[in-house]
Amino acid sequence: MTPQTEQDLSDLIKGADAPLSIRGGGTRSYAHVAGDTVDMRAMSGITLYEPGAMTIVAKAGTPLTDINAALAAENQRLAFEPMDHRALLGTKGAPTIGGIVAGNISGPRRISVGACRDFLLGVRFVDGAGNIVKNGGRVMKNVTGYDLVKLMSGAYGTLGVLTEVSLKVLPNVAQTACVMLHGLDDARAIKAMSAALGSPFEVTGAAHLPQSMQGDPITMIRIEGFDASVKYRADRLRDLLKPFGEATLQIGETDNGYGTQKGWAWVRDVTAFSDQPGDVWRISVKPSDAADIVAKLDANAVQYDWGGGLIWALTDGGDLRAKLGDFKGHATRIRGAGDAPVFHPESTPIATISAGLRAKFDPRNILNKGLMA
Amino acid sequence: MEMPAPNASVLSRKDQIVSRLQAVLPANAVISDVTETRAYECDALTAYRCPPLCAVLPANTQEVAAVMKICHDMGVPVVPRGSGTSLAGGALPTADCVILGVAKMNGVIETNYPDRYITVQTGRTNLSVTGAVEEDGFFYAPDPSSQLACAIAGNIAMNSGGAHCLKYGVTTNNLLGVTMVMMDGSIVDIGGAHMDAGGLDLLGVICGSEGQLGVVTEATLRILPKPEGARPVLMGYDSNEVAGQVVTDIIKAGVLPVAIEFMDRPCIEATEAFAKAGYPMCEALLIVEVEGSDAEIDAQLALIMDIAAKHNPVELREAKSADEAARIWLGRKSAFGAMGQINDYMCLDGTIPVSQLPYVLRRIGEMSKEYGLGVGNVFHAGDGNMHPLILFDANKPGDLELCETFGADILKLCVEVGGCLTGEHGVGIEKRDLMNVQYDPADLEAQMAVKDVFDPAWLLNAAKVFPLDSSEARRAAGDH
Repeated sequence: MTPQTEQDLSDLIKGADAPLSIRGGGTRSYAHVAGDTVDMRAMSGITLYEPGAMTIVAKAGTPLTDINAALAAENQRLAFEPMDHRALLGTKGAPTIGGIVAGNISGPRRISVGACRDFLLGVRFVDGAGNIVKNGGRVMKNVTGYDLVKLMSGAYGTLGVLTEVSLKVLPNVAQTACVMLHGLDDARAIKAMSAALGSPFEVTGAAHLPQSMQGDPITMIRIEGFDASVKYRADRLRDLLKPFGEATLQIGETDNGYGTQKGWAWVRDVTAFSDQPGDVWRISVKPSDAADIVAKLDANAVQYDWGGGLIWALTDGGDLRAKLGDFKGHATRIRGAGDAPVFHPESTPIATISAGLRAKFDPRNILNKGLMA
Repeated sequence: MEMPAPNASVLSRKDQIVSRLQAVLPANAVISDVTETRAYECDALTAYRCPPLCAVLPANTQEVAAVMKICHDMGVPVVPRGSGTSLAGGALPTADCVILGVAKMNGVIETNYPDRYITVQTGRTNLSVTGAVEEDGFFYAPDPSSQLACAIAGNIAMNSGGAHCLKYGVTTNNLLGVTMVMMDGSIVDIGGAHMDAGGLDLLGVICGSEGQLGVVTEATLRILPKPEGARPVLMGYDSNEVAGQVVTDIIKAGVLPVAIEFMDRPCIEATEAFAKAGYPMCEALLIVEVEGSDAEIDAQLALIMDIAAKHNPVELREAKSADEAARIWLGRKSAFGAMGQINDYMCLDGTIPVSQLPYVLRRIGEMSKEYGLGVGNVFHAGDGNMHPLILFDANKPGDLELCETFGADILKLCVEVGGCLTGEHGVGIEKRDLMNVQYDPADLEAQMAVKDVFDPAWLLNAAKVFPLDSSEARRAAGDH
């Protein structure tokens, strides 16, 4: 089913007598469930873009590439750096802005500027009863009524099907630099990243790869901005990080194509795991807990992002959560199968609230049924 | 402003309610004497007052839970209160309510620099959160004007912003976790020191829910390393249109200042008379602040000054010292006080798309003449969050009502041009009856459905945010 308009979608949902599987570009296969597919790609197009107000509004089915092209023409960007799941999950198709928002998909820059949900200014959606609802708007500060905008981001379409989203965008940067430390163990690398993130030098990415492309551990710290400013901060950071060893520095791009852009895209998309078999888990914890958590995982490979706050783990399968027991944070299975739920089981009080909200927004339990609860 | 009639059954049971509350709280934490409850009869929206049934000042989450359980069991409405600085009437009592004040709960529970967060009790003031970490080079970013007095509890309830949110975001962007007491007295922990929700983003909908979903007693907040330095520039222009264009050009140029503040002539004049900050007399004044090392500031300001100079400024002044920087900010920070010297005023906070600034300012000027009430504009221009201050005389019969009608017209204009009713103050009672201007019934229904889940009996701050006729059936069903 391919609704052309919001009204089409409302009619379709009202008339549905079986579960619906909501689909944008179809690139995030972990979020696919059984049901009649509702293909949102016909509802596409940028409806408003005001560079001077740093605001873009687009229909949910708009391909990310269209958004990026429009922004690039005005030297702006989506600062939350959404991950591209295709290589990791072996999917085809073009990611849509609605899918990104529904999954609250963010990348390495989340640690400094915020997640997708932090840039989401407004939504329009159709709930599980077919009601057309709007919330938020297109302005940067808006506390008019409850913030359902945040609630919809990360709900993966289970509370309502997004039809239009409005986002805050940021200026593009002139220069990117990467300060790199070599050979650190996980715990030490996290300490180094904490030192960098706790400095005034505006770090916009902090990742640690226990096995880099070259095989040795590498800790990557990103700085962005004006040329002179980037150079200055990179030098200060290297001084600050002296206790962790001599840092190397990469500024901008290289002739062989292995510059800062490619390096951070590699981190963002967890490219290291894409051609390796096994399940992939995404674990959010506070950075100083991360090394201990990883020690319990018995994973085949791991990658740390967000200064250690985000762990990517490659495992042989099975329920990774069982190995962790009770911990402060959450784990999502991004790739793989099995009895363990994809999304982290919630505590009883939170599960009660979530179930209450689901009953209100999707009373017949037909939107991406069973995906999150 | 209409408020629902108090529940007679609750009023008649006052002694019983008070004695049950006294049984779970220390003696001085229950205030029921009618002369003493007067202290809680209003917040910073002083035009509306109503003493509560009683007020309680619990000292921790368990005491809050005990109070909530009693009120839930006895069907007593609860109105949570931070520091009472709401400009929207968010903490206005009803005669049949228990005011639940968090003022005693002001401790720091944990400070963690490697993971960059602080956990506090929510009665702690905004500024003292920064106070707890600044010696170690950190700060808490959201900075509402009332930050010396306002509590984190209220900041979370209203999703408060501030002058520097263009770069750092508002409360919701800096809130990692909460401990919250539900209306039935149960305690729930949401989020924590880690990033983002594993399931639904409940934290996102709790922040900004105006104390209607639960009482947040503890909060884990993101703290940031202090920038190396900051420096403001001041620029004056002959017209609002030109100043508005300068704002747009700066943003389009790819610089991201931490703040862009705007003042119009009436506000400049009042401020100069009051604070003598040495502002130029002109139609529109901008204060733009950037951060970083000296060299970075120089580079960013060079770009900004270049843009500013192209638009024929009346004055262009860069702070050369901390003292000069303070003088540039002095007028802006005294603006509300200065306007208050002239007259009583009502402060609005609608947000508009930045591109609409010149048009909206012109329309406000025209309406000011039609209504015969003066208006000064001082606001966060980078994000379009306006603060028109309408002057009126509270002692003149009919003036408050005229001012409210004028205010409503301005807010309708904000919505009409693509903006919203409130950017950072919240709806409270002040904008409650205008919600239909921005939202359709289905939009409000979706929001009220959320409250149904958290507070099925609609006991918690229920007469706020939603127009009374929209929420009437729900509130009536909750009445015992």
